[in-house]
Amino acid sequence: MKFGIVVHEGPYQHQASDSAYLFARAIIEGGHDLYRVFFYHDGVSNASRLSLPPQDDRHIPNRWSDLAEEHGTDLVICVAAAMRRGILDDDMAEKHGLDASNLAAGFRISGLGQLIEAGIQADRLVVFGD
Amino acid sequence: MAEDEDADADADARYDDEDSYGDIKKFIYINRKAPHGTVYALESLEVVLIAAAFDQDVSLVFMDDGVYQLKKNMDTNELEVKNFSKTYRALEMYDIDKLYVERESMEQRGLSIDDFIVDVTVLNSNELAKLISEQDVALSF
Repeated sequence: MKFGIVVHEGPYQHQASDSAYLFARAIIEGGHDLYRVFFYHDGVSNASRLSLPPQDDRHIPNRWSDLAEEHGTDLVICVAAAMRRGILDDDMAEKHGLDASNLAAGFRISGLGQLIEAGIQADRLVVFGD
Repeated sequence: MAEDEDADADADARYDDEDSYGDIKKFIYINRKAPHGTVYALESLEVVLIAAAFDQDVSLVFMDDGVYQLKKNMDTNELEVKNFSKTYRALEMYDIDKLYVERESMEQRGLSIDDFIVDVTVLNSNELAKLISEQDVALSF
């Protein structure tokens, strides 16, 4: 079965991104197809490579990056939500004259059309959030 | 190539066909939060406007505190945040005209159909559950 995942909440504050991550792994380990993980609202903060959790805690952005590296999972964050919250890739930082970018490896920034497309393409779209 | 791989390849070809997404899917957007206080309502509206470009079947539900999103005479000046209330009236121009309000949520908050900025259909929770069960994709905000 082909799944899509939507993450609406930020890391650490809310369990949604943990649950989404565990569900993503279960999809892959179960032999299903994970079409895309789309991050919206504060969920875009899952993509900050500048996150520095204590060493005895899980590193949520790195965990997503590892998933993308190991399984080629398509991790997409919404551009409008990301710009509001200061998650930028190199191109955006340069375009807007900012001195830093912080998009973690394995993520890409794109539009909300990617969310709708995931809804169309996936057999099941599962939303994690309040 | 093994037979099951052929079947997979066929399935991939079908999904990769960007020009047509096949059958139109039924999307329902369930709005459950007050218009201000959190950003869910505003960003939900942004999704709905994008969705309109995809020629899918779109319905919107307003329930719980989400019914306040449609309240007439919204004034956000004192809050110093954007007033996006009028955007709900523009939905019709995007051919989004299936708007539903849950009766229980409306009545619990002392609202009536006359309080809303747009025309809506009021459904009780059983009718709403049936409507949601008939959808292909439900996004909750």
